[in-house]
Amino acid sequence: MSSDSATAAHGGHHDDHSPSLYSLSRWLFSTNHKDIGTLYLVFALFAGLIGFAFSGLMRAELFETGFQVFEDGQQYNVITTMHGLIMIFFMVMPALIGGFGNWFVPLMIGAPDMAMPRMNNISFWLLPASFALLMLSMFVPAQATGDATGFGGGWVLYPPLSGTVGHGGVAMDLVIFSLHVAGISSILGAINFIVTILNMRAPGMTLHKMPLFAWSVLITAFLLVLALPVLAGALTMLLTDRNFGSKFFVPAGGGDPIMFQHLFWFFGHPEVYIMILPGFGIISQIVSTFSRKPVFGYLAMAYAMVAIGFIGFIVWAHHMYTVGMGVELKAYFVAATMVIAVPTGVKIFSWIATMWGGSIDFTVPMLWAIGFIFLFTVGGVTGVVLANAGVDYSLHDTYYVVAHFHYVLSLGAVFTLFAGWYYWYEKMFGVKYNGMIAGAHFWLTFIGSNVIFFPQHFLGLQGMPRRYVDYTPAFEYWHQWSTYGYYIVAVGTGIFLIGIIESMVRHRKAEANPWGEGATTLEWTLSSPPPFHQYNDLPRIR
Amino acid sequence: MAGAAVKHDYHLVNPSPWPILGAAGIFLLMLGMATYMKGMFGVPSGQWWVMLPGAVWLTWVLIGWWGDVLRESKGGDHTGVVQISLRYGMVLFIASEVMFFVAWFWGFFEMAIFHEVRADPSQTDLANLDLEALQGWSSWPVLQVDGERVKTFDPFHLPLINTLILLLSGTTVTWAHHALQVGDRKSAKLGLLLTVVLGLCFTALQVVEYAEAGFSYDGSLYGSAFFMATGFHGAHVIIGTIFLFVCLMRLMAGGMQPQKHLGFEFAAWYWHFVDVVWLFLFAFVYVVPHLVWPGGAGAH
Repeated sequence: MSSDSATAAHGGHHDDHSPSLYSLSRWLFSTNHKDIGTLYLVFALFAGLIGFAFSGLMRAELFETGFQVFEDGQQYNVITTMHGLIMIFFMVMPALIGGFGNWFVPLMIGAPDMAMPRMNNISFWLLPASFALLMLSMFVPAQATGDATGFGGGWVLYPPLSGTVGHGGVAMDLVIFSLHVAGISSILGAINFIVTILNMRAPGMTLHKMPLFAWSVLITAFLLVLALPVLAGALTMLLTDRNFGSKFFVPAGGGDPIMFQHLFWFFGHPEVYIMILPGFGIISQIVSTFSRKPVFGYLAMAYAMVAIGFIGFIVWAHHMYTVGMGVELKAYFVAATMVIAVPTGVKIFSWIATMWGGSIDFTVPMLWAIGFIFLFTVGGVTGVVLANAGVDYSLHDTYYVVAHFHYVLSLGAVFTLFAGWYYWYEKMFGVKYNGMIAGAHFWLTFIGSNVIFFPQHFLGLQGMPRRYVDYTPAFEYWHQWSTYGYYIVAVGTGIFLIGIIESMVRHRKAEANPWGEGATTLEWTLSSPPPFHQYNDLPRIR
Repeated sequence: MAGAAVKHDYHLVNPSPWPILGAAGIFLLMLGMATYMKGMFGVPSGQWWVMLPGAVWLTWVLIGWWGDVLRESKGGDHTGVVQISLRYGMVLFIASEVMFFVAWFWGFFEMAIFHEVRADPSQTDLANLDLEALQGWSSWPVLQVDGERVKTFDPFHLPLINTLILLLSGTTVTWAHHALQVGDRKSAKLGLLLTVVLGLCFTALQVVEYAEAGFSYDGSLYGSAFFMATGFHGAHVIIGTIFLFVCLMRLMAGGMQPQKHLGFEFAAWYWHFVDVVWLFLFAFVYVVPHLVWPGGAGAH
């Protein structure tokens, strides 16, 4: 495989020399998948810290009854809404798909770059534009009159709260435009991934030999292409209802706000798989690497993700059992939802079977991966509980739901993100991190996030509704535990940032393959960091 | 085409300013649209010029970006494998467009078929719907908010003519394509010109039809769904017409080879997609409400 010096020696019609790290045009005008991946990761880190700070405001507010941080409910609701939108669209998706997907899909399938490098760059740059629109929405009028600012109707944007009556000001229009732009970004990125994976695999790498991370990104990209345009349609209906008098969600004109919920969740349910599937891929690579075994049931693992992606499109109304749909419809959505547990179970058991009898190396990425498998299973079983329409009638919109989706996302998707971060950090940045610091980050996050979210199951079962700035003193005990947990995670996050700085300052040169014989995918055959353009001579897979 | 050491046919694109400029253009356009709709930064609402900077900027970026693509194509960067990538990309783009129209048809069908479940007071017991009593499409479109009945179009007048125009344009574009493939550039130009003219005729007739509508955009969900679905279709017709026109210009300027003319093929695919969307619109938004709703037939 080509090393830095070997590549630099050859001139092409394009510049094969690695441009200076400090060249502005390298980053602004990039057509290099690794640089764009880094941009995505830096952006996700930045947006993630803002989203994390917002959750800190929420936890501080909820520490005791009464008002602590916010002056009124609207401010709290705006922060809650923004926390959700930021974490989904500007942290998890950019990091997992844009960041790791861009970095490692081409490396793993033996491709020199993405299929459409320029489109790759606009996929990234649309995100800061979208994020700026979202941030701006917090400072502009919520209503046509009055001093309130921002949109506080929750990340699901249901009308009539998101309509003229609920939020008649320009804030909601900016949220709509922000999501339109984020949607364009994701669709373009997804098209790029599908084309790259289908058309640019190295000679000999059939789909059935492709690493599971590339599989996961392929399936995620299909979900994005098929689900996001439906959200775009729903958002456009909302926009015209708000501004041009259309009647899509207005009962007086024959429309119905429930229709927005259907359209939204037809996007929204695939969206939750969009957030977790790349993580599944990362966990498969890590568990296999550190068990020094090929992943158990490779093909079943790949097609389980296909099944999850497909079923993800036909279960959407389980988010809206309480809107008053017929019993037959509810019965269907309960059954279809529970079916998801089958392919998900295939994945969980196959990860365990991969570890079974393996010579397990408890490195930091493996800790995150095992933590993920445990916590995602917890979130998965509460999902089976919530899948039952009857049970959901009492748990809908309570903290039980909040606990459920944070177990699958903050303790699921985010754990996979950190697992990938520590698995590929040396490969991406060419320096080793400090294992003690990284380990401390894991344990503080593992303990802290469980202290935040496990008590929220109890709060939900006690009847604490979500999206409320205040509560009766009966709920205070578990809310305080939850807030203490946040502080533990905050310390962990500080240590995470210190770990990055430490590794950059100490600058311990990374090896090409720090993980030994278990790391069998192509990225470990390259130097760390890889050359600016890799695979000038394509690898051949037997 | 590639350097000595590069042993693959992929196209490693040079760094480009267009993506970040394009993102900035979209940001400006979105800001302009929000300002137009609600007023912001001291600018009152309804000032259409606030959308101009973003729109002009974005147009500039598109011309520059696609100009680069053409130059790269002429420079030989679009090898066989790159062409396959571009084809997959266009197919996926059209797939995403199809899903966008799914949203509009969804809104239309859901309210056409299930509107009574929402509106009929006798159907409050949702667990035990009296399905027999539901009339579905035959009692839709509903009244407008002003109390007027929705008068649907007679689909077998102007809409039928428009359907024929669009179908005919599908044949002329295929004629042009076949002519181009066998090197008959004169026929290719003629076929493409006819397609563009037919596209313009369709748009012109749609404008006439809009002016004659027996319902209003903000009167009911039927009106909103009708104008948004056919409006987005019309926007796609206009985009497709421009796309075909650009191909015609390139053909006149000596571009497009018999063996390699991706821009033409993509324009034709896009045109067929627009055509198929229209057939669905014609069948379900025009014909079915007209036939099944007693107040529809002959009310025009």
